Amino acid sequence: MKILICLSNVPDTTTKAKFVNENTAFDTTGVQWIINPWDELALTRAIELKSDAANSIENITVITVGGKDAEPTMRKALAIGADDAVRIDAEPTDAYYVAAQIAEYLKSNPFDLIFSGIESADYNGSAVGGMVAEFLNAPSVSAVSGINFDSGQVKITRDIDGGNEDVSVELPAVLTVQKGIAKEPMIAAMRGIMMARKKPLNVVAPVEVEALTEIANFEMPQAKPACKMIEPENVKELVDLLQNEAKVI
Amino acid sequence: MSVLVFTENWDGKFKKMSFELVSYASKIAEMLNTQTVALSIGDVQEDELKTLGNYAADKIVSVNNDKLKNLDNQAYTSVIAQVAEKEGAKVVIIAQNNMGKALAPRLSVKMKAGLGAGVSKLPSSVEPFTIFKKVYSGKAYSNVVIKSDVKILTLAQNSFEFEENKKSPAIENFEATIEDVKTNVSNVQKQTGKILLNDAEIVVSGGRGMKASDQWAPIEELAELLGAATACSRPVSDEGWRPHEEHTGQTGKNIAPNLYIAAGISGAIQHLAGISSSKCIVAINTDKDAPIFEAADYGIVGDAAKVLPDFIQAVKDIK
Repeated sequence: MKILICLSNVPDTTTKAKFVNENTAFDTTGVQWIINPWDELALTRAIELKSDAANSIENITVITVGGKDAEPTMRKALAIGADDAVRIDAEPTDAYYVAAQIAEYLKSNPFDLIFSGIESADYNGSAVGGMVAEFLNAPSVSAVSGINFDSGQVKITRDIDGGNEDVSVELPAVLTVQKGIAKEPMIAAMRGIMMARKKPLNVVAPVEVEALTEIANFEMPQAKPACKMIEPENVKELVDLLQNEAKVI
Repeated sequence: MSVLVFTENWDGKFKKMSFELVSYASKIAEMLNTQTVALSIGDVQEDELKTLGNYAADKIVSVNNDKLKNLDNQAYTSVIAQVAEKEGAKVVIIAQNNMGKALAPRLSVKMKAGLGAGVSKLPSSVEPFTIFKKVYSGKAYSNVVIKSDVKILTLAQNSFEFEENKKSPAIENFEATIEDVKTNVSNVQKQTGKILLNDAEIVVSGGRGMKASDQWAPIEELAELLGAATACSRPVSDEGWRPHEEHTGQTGKNIAPNLYIAAGISGAIQHLAGISSSKCIVAINTDKDAPIFEAADYGIVGDAAKVLPDFIQAVKDIK
């Protein structure tokens, strides 16, 4: 069994969004880059599953579409426990473009399970996993909050809008994963960091694909009026304001 | 030509989200000077299908087939694509919820149609087709041009004020071609009797300031009193005090209720990203400098454990 994990290289979640070039580009000054949090959970779960020999997972590969600046993030994934990494050398212009590149790679390098975070912390498109599956005409399961192996079968739990379901699918399949799949992201140990330097990070040339969308510009949220403070003894006043001023209760 | 909107039902009844979607789709149809076609998948009776006409659907296409009993992403995508083609859809509208996130990306590839994910407003222009969406988990917004001939939009929940506009739509039962499904569903657990976090108009949320998992009674009581859903911050779900489904914030649920009450939540930037679309935010926290007060409309500096019982009493007094 081979698992591929689609990684996004995103700004640390504490980053404040700022833009340059008349609000057409994200200001990367001083930004720390991390593995997209949901992708990191996917990687963590894959490593947990691999550590049980009964699951016979031979390989975990991480893949990204990005420039050389994405490599430290890929090395981090290798340090955590991925076996090898692939970087498709192109700027990730939109989700369709990224998914087309990953699908193209998968056509000549088949995997049994493909994991993708349900969302990326930058463009919040929730799109790449499902798109890859459609390009490959493979099944996909979305909002996955549990993955287990049971005598060669992959047992999946997915969240539906108002509950959850136990699901199994034919492989190869794409699973887009969310919170719940792993408890906490795994942290790289010193030995892992040393070993990561020797693990393969293959750079692949992109294929020609035309993006379907384009960001025209960015806007900052409108500033909120100052918070109206109420004394803790006066909760009645708060309830009155919620009822008669904000009209929300 | 048309605008196609995919509606969801729950045991044969449409969800409120479906009416938001139809209303939203009809506004885009107006901008494009075309008609609104609503697609329903599943076993929905004619009387219920007709309710979509209350929100300006011009036509309803109903697809009912045993193979579609459970969600199979490929089969559902294929059905939507068949109907979109049949109706000459220029825009397809889907909810930005678990089902929508499962289907919209697949449909985008199948129809080679650019995806605008998580829109909360009408397009600012239809030529070029320009949508407005959150990026960086709500810390900023972007205007995105969709260049393809057909466009797919997913609408963020509770983000669009829907209005009644009665029409008498024709209902068509459509026999879609469905291949064998590859997803096998063995066990379904539905939350019953609980208001779902993403659907809730009011949310009462607790953070680490609640101090322990056995301190949740006032949160639950206030929620029950207000007809609200309960939520929590990330440390609370990480500690296992509350289930992960309740975690709101950047890596948890993104919500946009009319009222969000944050008790004992300091308001880390990741938490604010998930709740900043709420129309009104109330913060109760012991630290007057906590960032939650910058996001809040109303604030009380105090211990949530002491403030909440008074809050509950004050709500009881007005009910």
